[in-house]
Amino acid sequence: MMNAIRERKRLQIFGLMFPGAFWLVVFFALPLLVIFVISFMARDELGSPVPPFSLDNYQQAFDSLYLNLFLFSLWISLLTTVVTLLISFPVALYIARSPKRWRNILIFLVMIPFWTNFLVRTYALQFLMRANGPINTLLQGLGVIQEPISMLSTPVAVLIGLVYGELPFMILPLYASLEKFDWAMFEAAQDLGADMRRAFLRVMLPMTMPGVLAGSILVFVPSVGSYITVELMGGGKINMIGRVIASQFGVASNWPFGSAISLLLMVVVTIAALVYFRVGRGERMAL
Amino acid sequence: MGDRAEYAPPAPERPNLRLGQLSLIAVTLFTFAFLYVPIIVLILFSFNSARTGAVWQGFTLSWYQRLLGNEALLTAAGRSLIIGIVSTAGSVVIGTLTALAMEREHFRAKAVWDGLLYMPVIIPEIVSGVSLLLFFAAGGIERGLLTLVVSHIAFSMPFVYLTVRARLADFDRSIEEAAQDLGADEAKTFWLITLPLLMPGIVSGALLAFTLSIDDFIISFFVTGKGWNTLPIYIWSQLKQGVTPEINAISAVLLLFSVSVIALSLLLQRRRN
Repeated sequence: MMNAIRERKRLQIFGLMFPGAFWLVVFFALPLLVIFVISFMARDELGSPVPPFSLDNYQQAFDSLYLNLFLFSLWISLLTTVVTLLISFPVALYIARSPKRWRNILIFLVMIPFWTNFLVRTYALQFLMRANGPINTLLQGLGVIQEPISMLSTPVAVLIGLVYGELPFMILPLYASLEKFDWAMFEAAQDLGADMRRAFLRVMLPMTMPGVLAGSILVFVPSVGSYITVELMGGGKINMIGRVIASQFGVASNWPFGSAISLLLMVVVTIAALVYFRVGRGERMAL
Repeated sequence: MGDRAEYAPPAPERPNLRLGQLSLIAVTLFTFAFLYVPIIVLILFSFNSARTGAVWQGFTLSWYQRLLGNEALLTAAGRSLIIGIVSTAGSVVIGTLTALAMEREHFRAKAVWDGLLYMPVIIPEIVSGVSLLLFFAAGGIERGLLTLVVSHIAFSMPFVYLTVRARLADFDRSIEEAAQDLGADEAKTFWLITLPLLMPGIVSGALLAFTLSIDDFIISFFVTGKGWNTLPIYIWSQLKQGVTPEINAISAVLLLFSVSVIALSLLLQRRRN
């Protein structure tokens, strides 16, 4: 009797989990496996993968050209994460300290960009900063400048574009953390003689670490693999890993090499995720 | 917990606190300006009668009218809608089933699946898109509607799962237990009690999945086949050819659409409360 019940339960669980598990395995894990295999292959004239298997693609990936691109992408992504964090923390703090009604309105205002089309938003920023765009036209009209300033097609433009795109992804987790923040502890620290800086560094920052980490991962990962922002803000002159991968599957037509770089990108992202989980767990245990 | 959230320090007495408060306001204002100025400017200029450039030459609705006559755009929009609806339906079903299993059942491999289900959220979109492309190519599967729908389900299902699971975690099971005490079996309890109460969470997840699908560019770009333009892909191809105010117009429409969706989602959440 008990065995029949247990069997039914097991079947029930299997039935519930099967669709999700199937989708995850077939459309996430398997494709990654395919990339893994193809990354070791060579290419034919059309760029499609053919045997033999070798490490050539990886060797090429560590060539100084691509290595520099990787490092550049990592650097820009780190900068993006830091800048976004520096901007988002005060904003999240302000919203968390606002009266309840204001809080909901402000969070709604933060969520709107979060829910709108990323491509369209980035285009809006590009439109604003173009040589014949509103900013330049305004400045010229006011007589502040004679010639339009070229603001796009620089690393800074890409950085601005990335920060612009990722801001909501940092503000929201930070706000979630700060909303639960125990202000009494903060006041207690100050009563005990800590100045603002120490109270912040020793009390607030550690307690909001989960939000900081979550936001950082949510900003860092898309930035490293960024394609849309780099294309739109970099004008074809700035190259990053996401763009390199895309071109291997487009114009440059070298699927095996593209796979190798994709895998290396996955390694980077996985390391970042592991750091996030390890630090995150440590923080939780410390509390 | 609720008490703590309400307690905020009283108005600052010390001078450096006041300066701190001012700088908080300043950064917040700057950030909101930064977030919204490009969007507002874009919407404004979609009404500009000038063909190129940013000099205001007069108000016009002609760009929006041209949208309505733009067959390629309308077809792409239609395709995005179909893919959105179908993939959302799939994501919701799969995501909800998975959430029910993960939140309420216990089985050995649960921890593994917990980790795996976070994976799609963390993978860069370009890697997702490219790997799916290779997967379909290797499997000889022709790229088009099917691959698009399947891929959209793949990336939006985890978000539905997380949303529904969060709602399940907050669920008050005593109602279900009461129903079962009154003689309802498992199936009845689920359909008449659990599911209706879960609906707001499922709808939230559905709206999220739908938005993700409509807005998706990168994965769709790699996974689509000939003649299966989605709206973002169409916009991208237009952008590559050169900016026209029509792009501004369709962007404005999309922005308005997204705002409506989020407003709807929040309204539903508020009704629940």
